Amino acid sequence: MLQLFNGISVSSILLLIALGLAITFGLMKVINMAHGELIMIGAYTAYVVQNLFAAYLPDAAFGWYFALAIPASFAVAFAFGLVLEMGLIRFLYGRPLDSLLATWGVGLVLQQIARSLFGAPNVGVTSPEWLNGGITAFGGAVFPYKRLFIIGLVLVCLFVMYLYIYRSHSGRRMRAVMQNREMAACLGISTRSVDAVTFAIGSGIAGIAGCALTLIGPIGPSIGTYYIVDAFMVVVLGGVGKLVGTVFGALGIGLSNTLFEYWTTASLGKVLVFLCIVAFLQWKPMGLVAMRSRSLDN
Amino acid sequence: MRKNVWKSGVFVLLASMLVLAGCGKNENKAASTNEAESDSGNEIKVGILHSLSGTMAISEVSVKDAEMMAIDEINAKGGVLGKKLVPVVEDGASDWPTFAEKARKLISEDEVATVFGGWTSSSRKAMLPVFEELKSLLWYPVQYEGLEQSPNIMYTGATTNQQIVPAVSWLLENHGKRFFLLGSDYVFPRTANKIIKEQLKVESGELVGEEYTPLGHTDYATVIAKIKEAKPDVIFNTLNGDSNVAFFKQMKDAGISPKDITTLSVSVAEEEIRGIGVDVLAGTYAAWNYYQTTDTPANKTFVENYKKKYGADRVTADPIEAGYDAVYLWAAAVEKAGSTDVEKVKEAAKELEWDAPEGKVKIDGETQHLYKTVRIGEVQSDGQFKEVWNSGDPVKPDPYLKGYTWAASLSESK
Repeated sequence: MLQLFNGISVSSILLLIALGLAITFGLMKVINMAHGELIMIGAYTAYVVQNLFAAYLPDAAFGWYFALAIPASFAVAFAFGLVLEMGLIRFLYGRPLDSLLATWGVGLVLQQIARSLFGAPNVGVTSPEWLNGGITAFGGAVFPYKRLFIIGLVLVCLFVMYLYIYRSHSGRRMRAVMQNREMAACLGISTRSVDAVTFAIGSGIAGIAGCALTLIGPIGPSIGTYYIVDAFMVVVLGGVGKLVGTVFGALGIGLSNTLFEYWTTASLGKVLVFLCIVAFLQWKPMGLVAMRSRSLDN
Repeated sequence: MRKNVWKSGVFVLLASMLVLAGCGKNENKAASTNEAESDSGNEIKVGILHSLSGTMAISEVSVKDAEMMAIDEINAKGGVLGKKLVPVVEDGASDWPTFAEKARKLISEDEVATVFGGWTSSSRKAMLPVFEELKSLLWYPVQYEGLEQSPNIMYTGATTNQQIVPAVSWLLENHGKRFFLLGSDYVFPRTANKIIKEQLKVESGELVGEEYTPLGHTDYATVIAKIKEAKPDVIFNTLNGDSNVAFFKQMKDAGISPKDITTLSVSVAEEEIRGIGVDVLAGTYAAWNYYQTTDTPANKTFVENYKKKYGADRVTADPIEAGYDAVYLWAAAVEKAGSTDVEKVKEAAKELEWDAPEGKVKIDGETQHLYKTVRIGEVQSDGQFKEVWNSGDPVKPDPYLKGYTWAASLSESK
């Protein structure tokens, strides 16, 4: 029971870090190696917001810094994503290897900037008081509020993304451009601005992920590198191009990772998970949920 | 066609990740500062070789700072043998072949009298053959896993019988018999735990679990679930780096406080506390030979000078102090020998005593390790340690644990 909860909790974290990538890599096909650094930017934004609250607001308000940190992280990462798209990614569409190397370089630059601004050692973020503790269930199993909060946050993010992509005008334009760029352009959609906004939204969600991760993990210049491999794994396993695939990918990796780790050890568990992923992709190279579309058939 | 490009793109991506992860560490080699060029006879060149870039820079830069401070202090008092010390600083870049290469450069090209440097065991093992081949002398300032004794290395950090072994005994006596061993998956935790397991057998402790996680692992939900099931009295924590942050934060979320299960860490010092967050660490223990709060007259001036030189927000910690000691011990040995010749310095260093910030230390002539006082500290809410136990007198170093019959199988295997 607790293991199932742990599995879902790990899945929710994986989903959160992969959700932004599902847009930038999944929908836009940009191999964005700086995704991890966008997560880092979100984490540092939470740190800055926390320090501002501690410095300028009464102690009673401190606990609520996190409520502001989430939109702030989204905004800052959104802005970074926008600049990144307009300054660099725009020129690299359709050149996967170039964008791979260029975004890797951007990632290193961002890491170094963080190191210069905040120093090489990790910084501490104090979790708000209302997220400490947890619900004690039968049998002494504890469900920490933080993990429940992250699961809730992921659900909210998913729902908002669903509304945006499938139920809004700009979302419809986004889907049109991703599915058939030429036709969309012919019909008068500004593909450039759609690209920029889409990439920025993906980056912004990475920022939210970074903000949430401050609750359970370290905050340092190189944290992005811990998450990026997992993020790509989730998107590739789920099937590039489908949001629902990313959800299944995260659940699959999260649950199997927790189970394998429980039965064996952390190191061996990870190896087994990767073996399973490799085997699965041999069998179904398109991932769990394959995109069926004539435009991709060639 | 298009599809294939993406598929191969993903493979290239994953492959390059492995490669880049490997070489990302030495991406920015700092320029070496080589100030010494004269051989006019009134200067002595000494080498300082630490990682000033890459992942280990976090820890090693502070040690370098302490060594530079010691050199400045010695120079201010008139130098060694009436000559000024000139440091030659090189960057090991968190990459062990670079350490070996730079060590060779320092000894052969710069002709330094001695080298202070290293942090990870891998960097020490990489430099060891170079120092033995060129018959030079390395001062290594970090606690390590023991089972080593090179004639060309002076070890100023603790070996296992000055940190881990007494800590285990103390825990058995005061906090319970059921041990859970948790560590990062590399040489130091695995060797340390091998020793602990032998020790538990004879001191009637009980091993209820042993887990290793990859370096950089950030999700401890499952490990914590295993800990809960094992119901240990004590967690002996040899995790390294960022994993500590995730582990301690998630322990707190799982509702396990340091009061429920005693946790003792051997890689968490003052500097690490600031990154992990004192709110989750308060009440846990650590075993070292020195804390910033260690109450000796020498430490008072040491901490004061360090903060004055590098900023009031800086903290001192065990390896920082051990690096500082190394410079003073070498200087004293040179004075005694009247020469910087390596063999003469080694001879003079035997049984040399010095009042270090951690208390009295003495070089053990036989093993070239230091006699050090063992101290167990509890993390306080201000991010400093409160000493709760110490060994009284400095403990004789015993890198091969020859003085412990239960450890016989360990030292034979090496």
